[in-house]
Amino acid sequence: MSGKESGYLDMELLRFTTAGSVDDGKSTLIGRLLYDSKAIFEDQMEAIERASERSGHEEVNLALLTDGLRSEREQGITIDVAYRYFATPKRKFIIADTPGHIQYTRNMVTGASTANVALILVDARHGVIEQTLRHAYIASLLQIPHVLFCINKMDLVDFSQDVFEKIKNDVDAISSKLSVKDIRFVPISALKGDNVVDRSTKMPWYEGPTLMYLLENIHISSDINHDVFRFPVQTVIRPQSKDWPDYRGYGGRVASGSVKVGEEVTVLPSGFTSKVKSINIMDEELEFAFAPQSVAITLEDDIDISRGDMIVRSGDGGPQVSQDIEVMLCWFNERKLQPKGKYMVRHTSAEGRCMVKDVHYRMNINTLEKDTENIEICMNDIARVSLRVTKPLFFDSYCNNRITGSLILVDEGTNETVAAGMII
Amino acid sequence: MDKYRINHLKELEAESIFVIREVAAQFENPVMLFSGGKDSIVMFHLARKAFWPAKVPFVLMHVDTGHNFPETIDFRDKLMAETGTKCIVELVQDSIDSGRAVEEKGFNASRNKLQTITLLDGLEKHKFDAAMGGGRRDEEKARAKERFFSHRDEFGQWDPKNQRPELWNIFNGKKNIGEHFRVFPISNWTEMDVWQYIFMDGIELPNLYFTHQREVFMRDGQWMAVEPCMTLKPTEKIEVKHVRCRTIGDVTCTGLTLSEANSLEDIIQEVASTRTTERGGRSDDKRSESAMEDRKREGYF
Repeated sequence: MSGKESGYLDMELLRFTTAGSVDDGKSTLIGRLLYDSKAIFEDQMEAIERASERSGHEEVNLALLTDGLRSEREQGITIDVAYRYFATPKRKFIIADTPGHIQYTRNMVTGASTANVALILVDARHGVIEQTLRHAYIASLLQIPHVLFCINKMDLVDFSQDVFEKIKNDVDAISSKLSVKDIRFVPISALKGDNVVDRSTKMPWYEGPTLMYLLENIHISSDINHDVFRFPVQTVIRPQSKDWPDYRGYGGRVASGSVKVGEEVTVLPSGFTSKVKSINIMDEELEFAFAPQSVAITLEDDIDISRGDMIVRSGDGGPQVSQDIEVMLCWFNERKLQPKGKYMVRHTSAEGRCMVKDVHYRMNINTLEKDTENIEICMNDIARVSLRVTKPLFFDSYCNNRITGSLILVDEGTNETVAAGMII
Repeated sequence: MDKYRINHLKELEAESIFVIREVAAQFENPVMLFSGGKDSIVMFHLARKAFWPAKVPFVLMHVDTGHNFPETIDFRDKLMAETGTKCIVELVQDSIDSGRAVEEKGFNASRNKLQTITLLDGLEKHKFDAAMGGGRRDEEKARAKERFFSHRDEFGQWDPKNQRPELWNIFNGKKNIGEHFRVFPISNWTEMDVWQYIFMDGIELPNLYFTHQREVFMRDGQWMAVEPCMTLKPTEKIEVKHVRCRTIGDVTCTGLTLSEANSLEDIIQEVASTRTTERGGRSDDKRSESAMEDRKREGYF
């Protein structure tokens, strides 16, 4: 296959989330990225031109592109996370566009959970505000590997280097309190297009890359934990057919690390060991499997393994095994967290019940102070909590492993997902 | 670290296989909806990958409007026979005959909306608790708000303002009796991803997707196929053109594209250079700005 298409086949996938309020120009920025990468089609453009005209906007309102629900268009606000897609010859991008005001934490946490990159918009006129702190804290809590601060509306501050530097210093002061591995700053004007896709001629003092260049080139392949092999068993594959009478494979997605055919593995919770006999994706035989592949693994020995068990490489340090789990919990539900309450817990492919033993503190995400007095946990609150699970979980700390370090709580009465937890 | 890297198509594949396996594990009686279009063909292909060398551990269901291209039905039957898969067919005609659905009238009458009735009845009849569909978030703006695991109440309705948060790759399929889930394993795929993947894996498609000569007529700026279920207005005249389908729905709402593309490479080129969306040729979406949202709320795919 020739140049262009084979290039497409070799693209990397990058997921990013955008944070900012309506007035930060977030929709304009997303519209600009989609438009400049030709991801907006003529009929979509015509549809939003018609809609903009109807609602009396002078310019084409690119926000209408992302507001997919009728009530969102009626109220002019974004209610729920929306997913957008665009591609350049280098990468395919998935944007989790999260609304700025309603159920803010819940939505941003959701969008952030799978993101490699967070774009945080800062209005150059207003600088670092409470909300910037909130966004940065959530990006850090969810361990998004790369955070790009887009200092937007530079056109409204005369493209001033001083303004940019001041904001950069203010963010640096905050970030010492956070744990973000990679922070970048780009001065942009989403409306005029400066430093979004094309280099700005108005800011010769800025020698760094454009936003699109960063998105296309930021190094993401080491965002995944390559160190320790963790394979939560999702399903047991047993054809029991004439052709495959004795096949017994374990289906799952590699959460981290890699394993080779022939290597010794340990199965949790039983602790039995065996060797990897084969690794397959359908009839494609693999020599080794690595994150984030979905594969089927067979072992040399017959061991009783079922969904919820975990296969790890014997040479790697094992995960922690415990019924007592310390988590940072984001609460999503209108019904408050019940101290000593019981919830269903889902962690990798394992499921159990748990009790909330203790609430240690509530995080004030506007000041980053820990509140140990008022520990009633309501919707959108973040808290440090101790859980006691009915059976041991096999886990790593969230900062080492976003898959084996994360869990959700489900209300046993309503079946709703009420909280997300990051294991400390 | 390059040997530990996979391209975007392999990563999407891994995500979809994970979702499909999760459905098989979390539900008692799931079903995969199959329309004979490229998205459901790719989804079925992924399901076969997920459980190989075992057979796919659930049945397929086709909601047949009776207005399908004959090529679609032939393709479906051949694929099911080759893979030894069971596909239940539920007919919209049965819903009409039993008085559950009322046929639309007029030249633009379509059975698209009636499918919802047949679909919901079918889910109830067979006691399916999860239905996987080939919907993608890039298709339409209401779909952009969909979860992978999308909860439906006892009436099959979607409440887009009150969806469960979905984090990492942890899916919550808990529900009460009478409720069900719609699951969209290829949520994150775009039209281009689907075509690239079909090319990469050499997946067979109905020949409707490739250029062929067909009797067509122009209606509302769109080329439509001349088939027994279409009634032409006196002003509409039959012509023979080289066309192909960009999406395959039922005959009454599938616009045809003038195209000479007869290979996957050609189609990929065409998709890369085209400036209108895939569903731009679907008259079912053009009825109003929230046509899709309204149908989805009622229980549409």
